[in-house]
Amino acid sequence: MAEQFDKDDVVVLLGTPTEDASRLYAMTVTSGDPSWAGALAGVSLGLPVYHIAEAAVRERIAAPDYDEHVALMAMAMDVDAIARAVRDVREGSG
Amino acid sequence: MDLKGKKVIALGERDGVQGGAIAACAAGAGAEVVLEKTYCFV
Repeated sequence: MAEQFDKDDVVVLLGTPTEDASRLYAMTVTSGDPSWAGALAGVSLGLPVYHIAEAAVRERIAAPDYDEHVALMAMAMDVDAIARAVRDVREGSG
Repeated sequence: MDLKGKKVIALGERDGVQGGAIAACAAGAGAEVVLEKTYCFV
C-alpha cells in the first residue's frame, strides 16, 4: 500500500491509546517493526506519522469532527506523552 | 501539518481512537483516506 504512493503525499494517523503502543506503531511505519514479529520487520517505509490527538493534527480538524470522533477517547489518554513519543520517532530520535 | 490533499493511512485501535473515527476527521480536513484499520488486541 505505502509503496503505491509518493511518500510526500502520504500521512499515517494513529489512534493508539498509550505512549508505548504509539511508539511501536510509529516505529513500524518509519524504520520497521521493532519487535521483528510482523511483515514490516526490517522494512523501512519512512512514512510521516502523527497521532490524531496531537496538536499539529488536531488544529487541522474541524472542531465538530474532533469533538464527535476523538475528544472523548483523548480525555482518557496521556496525549502529551503520546505526542512526544510519536514526534521523537518522526524526527528520528525515538 | 496540513491534511488537505494528503493520502491518509488511518491506523486505529479499539481501546483508543478507532480507524473509522480517524478517517472521518481526515476526510473532513480534505484528505483522501486510502486505508483504514482498527486493531484489537483482546
